[in-house]
Amino acid sequence: MAAGAGRYSAVRLLKEGLLGNRGWGRAWRDPVPRKGYDVIIVGGGGHGLATAYYLAKEHRMRNVAVLEKGWIGGGNAGRNTTIIRANYMLPGNTDFYRYSIDVWETLSKDLNFNVMFSQRGHLALFHSPAERDAAARRANIMRLNGVDAELLDREAVREKVPHLDFSDDARFRIEGAVWQPRAGTARHDAVNWGYARAADEMGVDIIQNCEVVGFLNDAAGRVTGVRTTRGDILAEKVGVAVAGHSSRLAQMAGVGRLPIEAHKLQAFVSEPIKPHLDCVVAFAGIGHFYISQSDKGGMVFGGDIEMYNSYAQRGALPVVEDVAACACQVMPSLGRVKLLRHWAGIMDMSMDGSPIIDRTSVPGVYLNAGWCYGGFKATPASGVCFAHLLATDTPHPVAEELTLGRFERGSTIDEKGAGARAWLH
Amino acid sequence: MLRIPCPYCGPRDHAEFDYGGDATVVWPALDDTTEAWVEALYFRDDPKGPHRELWRHARGCRLWLIVERDTVTHEISAAHPAHPGMADEVTAQSQAETPSA
Ligand SMILES: Cc1cc2nc3c(=O)[nH]c(=O)nc-3n(C[C@H](O)[C@H](O)[C@H](O)COP(=O)(O)OP(=O)(O)OC[C@H]3O[C@@H](n4cnc5c(N)ncnc54)[C@H](O)[C@@H]3O)c2cc1C
Ligand SMILES: [Zn+2]
Repeated sequence: MAAGAGRYSAVRLLKEGLLGNRGWGRAWRDPVPRKGYDVIIVGGGGHGLATAYYLAKEHRMRNVAVLEKGWIGGGNAGRNTTIIRANYMLPGNTDFYRYSIDVWETLSKDLNFNVMFSQRGHLALFHSPAERDAAARRANIMRLNGVDAELLDREAVREKVPHLDFSDDARFRIEGAVWQPRAGTARHDAVNWGYARAADEMGVDIIQNCEVVGFLNDAAGRVTGVRTTRGDILAEKVGVAVAGHSSRLAQMAGVGRLPIEAHKLQAFVSEPIKPHLDCVVAFAGIGHFYISQSDKGGMVFGGDIEMYNSYAQRGALPVVEDVAACACQVMPSLGRVKLLRHWAGIMDMSMDGSPIIDRTSVPGVYLNAGWCYGGFKATPASGVCFAHLLATDTPHPVAEELTLGRFERGSTIDEKGAGARAWLH
Repeated sequence: MLRIPCPYCGPRDHAEFDYGGDATVVWPALDDTTEAWVEALYFRDDPKGPHRELWRHARGCRLWLIVERDTVTHEISAAHPAHPGMADEVTAQSQAETPSA
C-alpha cells in the first residue's frame, strides 16, 4: 500500500489502541507533482476526489493527479449541510440521483472508511391542499422511477417529529409530508478523506496547494497540460471539477462562457444539544429551510442562496434572519438554542438548476459543474460518471442527459420551472 | 449586507431590492439566429471582480437600476437607472445641483 495507512478494521483499532496509536501513518501521501499524467483532475472537492478514485478502481487508470489550490475539502465539499435525497422529478435527474443513493449504500465498505452515511430519512413538509397535490405528484413520480417515497398525513408526521409546530395557531399548519426513508446524511469530511485515501492507495497523486492558473495546448488546440503555481504539468486529458469556480476555469481553458453563475449559500450549526431530531426535515415553498442533527449534537441547517452573483465565501445578515425565522417557525423548541457558527460556500448555479458532466469544445478538456446547492448527495454518482466519461469518451448511462448541449437544444432540465435565471433554482 | 445607493431614495439595504442578474446581456433581435438567442439567454461571463448587474428597488421607488458591484469585495461603485432616458435625467439633475467651481 502506497500510503502506509493500511486497512482500517476493528482488530487494527484494538491493536493500535494497545500500542499507543503510533502505527497509523498518513492517510495519503503529499507527493511532488510528476512531469505529467494520463489524467489531471482540477479541484480536490468531493467530485474531483471521487472521480480520481473511480478512474483508478473501475478503469485501471492510476497515472492520475488531483490538483487542489487549497486543501482537499476546503471548498463546498467541507461546507455543505450533508443532506442526501433523491426527490427529483425530471428525466435526466431521476435516474442519476437514484443511482447515487445506491452507491452511497455501499460506500463505507468500498472505501474501507466510515463515511457515516445515515439513512435517517427525509421529511419534506407541506402546508396546504395545493401543496399536498404537488407533494402527491412528486411522491408518485419518485415511486415510478424506483425511488422510495411515502405520502404522510399530519398525524403520521406528528408521530415522527412531535416537536414540529403542531399548534393550532401555527402560521403554516402542517398538513403532511413526503417521506423518503432511504435519504439521510453523511459526514462530509469523511467522504473527502475516504475517497482521497482510497485513491492515493491505488497510486493517484493528490497535490494540495497547487492552483491551476492556465492551460497548455498543442497547435491543433488540444489540451496538453496545465500551468500551476507549482509549475507546468502535462496531461492527456484534464477534468475540471471546481464547483464555484467553473466559469473561471472554463474561460481559462478556452472553453468560453458557461450557462453558470457563482452564488453563495450559507450553512449554520448550533451549539451541541441532546438528541432532538432523528431525520432530515425540509420546509419549502413559502420559505426555504432544512435541518438535521449531527452526531456531535449540533443542529445543522440552512435556507436559500443569497441571490446575487458572488465569489465571496461569506454570507450576509438578511439570510441569517430569514433562516432563524424559519427555524423558530418550523421547530419552536429551537428558539433558545445558540448559533455556534455559520459560513458560506460558492455554488456553481446552472441556468436550469441541473448539473453538467460533459466534454467541451476544447479537445481533452472535460467538465463537471453546475451542482448548485445539491452536489454533495451526487458525489459518488458524479465520480462514477465523470470517470466513465474521462476514460471511455462516452457518457455513463445515468448521466446521458447532463450535457452542455441541452441548452442549445432547448431541452433544459428545470425542476423548478424557474427559467434561465441561475439564482432562482 | 449590501447597501445600494438608489439615485432616487438614497442608500438602502439590499433586502429592499430584487435581483435581476447580469446587465451586460444584449438581447438579440427577434429574428436573430437560435445560436444568438441561446448565447444571450443561457451563457454568462460570471466574472470574479467587477460586475454590471440589474436590481429593482421593489420595496422602494420600484425602479430598475444598473449597479456596478465587485463580486469578491461586494463593494458598489455606482448605481444608475436602467432606463437610459432616466439615467440622463439623473445625471443632468446632479450636475445642476453641484455648485460649479
Ligand atoms: C452551505 C452549503 C450547503 C450545502 N448543502 C448541501 C446539501 O445539504 N446536500 C447536497 O447534496 N449538497 C449541498 N451543497 C452543495 C455541495 O456541497 C456541492 O454541490 C459539492 O460539494 C460541489 O462539488 P465538490 O465537492 O467537488 O466542490 P468543492 O469542494 O467546492 O471542490 C472544488 C475545489 O476546486 C478547487 N479549485 C477551484 N479553483 C481551482 C484552481 N484554479 N486550481 C485548483 N483547484 C481549484 C477549490 O479550492 C475546491 O476545493 C451545499 C453547499 C454549500 C456551500
Ligand atoms: Zn429607489
